[in-house]
Amino acid sequence: MIPAIGLVVGLVVGIVLHPDVPLSLQPYLPIAVIAALDAVFGAVRAVLDGIFDDKVFVVSFLSNVVVAALIVYLGDQLGVGSQLSTGVVVVLGVRIFSNVAAIRRHLFHA
Amino acid sequence: MSADRDEDTNAVRPAGEHKPAGEDTPAGEAAPAETESVRTGWSRLWRAARPRATKANALITVLALGLGVAMVAQVRETRSSGLENLRQDDLVALLDGVNQQSIKLGQEADRLTTTRDRLRSGGGDQAALQAATDRLQTLGILAGTLPATGPGIRMTIEDPGKAVKSSDILNAVEELRDAGAEAIQLNDVRIVADSWFGTGADGRMVADGKSLTPPYVLTAIGDSHTMATAMAIPGGVVDAMKQLGATPTVTSVQTASVTALRAESTPRYAQPSSP
Repeated sequence: MIPAIGLVVGLVVGIVLHPDVPLSLQPYLPIAVIAALDAVFGAVRAVLDGIFDDKVFVVSFLSNVVVAALIVYLGDQLGVGSQLSTGVVVVLGVRIFSNVAAIRRHLFHA
Repeated sequence: MSADRDEDTNAVRPAGEHKPAGEDTPAGEAAPAETESVRTGWSRLWRAARPRATKANALITVLALGLGVAMVAQVRETRSSGLENLRQDDLVALLDGVNQQSIKLGQEADRLTTTRDRLRSGGGDQAALQAATDRLQTLGILAGTLPATGPGIRMTIEDPGKAVKSSDILNAVEELRDAGAEAIQLNDVRIVADSWFGTGADGRMVADGKSLTPPYVLTAIGDSHTMATAMAIPGGVVDAMKQLGATPTVTSVQTASVTALRAESTPRYAQPSSP
């Protein structure tokens, strides 16, 4: 509940404060956001599976974000940045979908 | 930290007791199990959502807050920025395109300025006449009322089996136009914007009302290299005709002459209007 409120507060803060994304972070933020969303959906699924663990969530959240940004950075350095970003987005998208499907099965049994 | 963790896992675990009932029950199973798992799903979520003042929970909240801010920031960024999000390669390509366009427009502006100056200064009538004549010639070539000559290609299509249809010729003409042909002639018919191709009652090809007999000779004035390449694209005009059994041969010529003329026609419906 509190984290959900935190998310909403974060959205409001973002809308009110107009934060500027630092130039150096710009290529990585979109991927990092998607990676974080993946972690969040994974956490909700874990809660429903009854295997949620705070520590695991925090670590997976942070490592997801860092690894995603790292992959994009590496891709940019190797000259395949856009392709690698697409790959990461596809992988994370597939995971989010499967997590959401599991959540849906738990909650609505459909 | 480990103490926190134990406490939290304890807080979640009671829900886990129902796990066997809710675990991946296939959709078609008996109704009681279904309602049971629906209840456990929501209750588990509800139990996990209870506010708990633990360090880990606070950390998660901070992360969620950060995620919220980041999402909004990113959405804003994407909406507001036009070029900033593009990659370097795209930007370079864009810059190249803009530069070339600017050069082209600059040249055009220079040319028009010169014409204007010529028209304005002194020899007015002469310059105006010259400009009008130039324009007349350009339009005459486009409309097919004037003969034209210049570098180009000649494509001879031997068609002993009479397999080449009007649509194939139309394809060839379109391809030539795409490749920048400025004047086109097919046998003794001048091909212009409103030329048409069809098949006559005797099965022969008709262009603009004139019957044609093979071999068909397409003469086009323009950049001969570009046009010859366009004809020779794999699966393109030449390939398609070869498959039909015709033998097209494309030759680049230094001076192709397009001599067939077309009667001048006045549009019946379209009237000139000021831009």
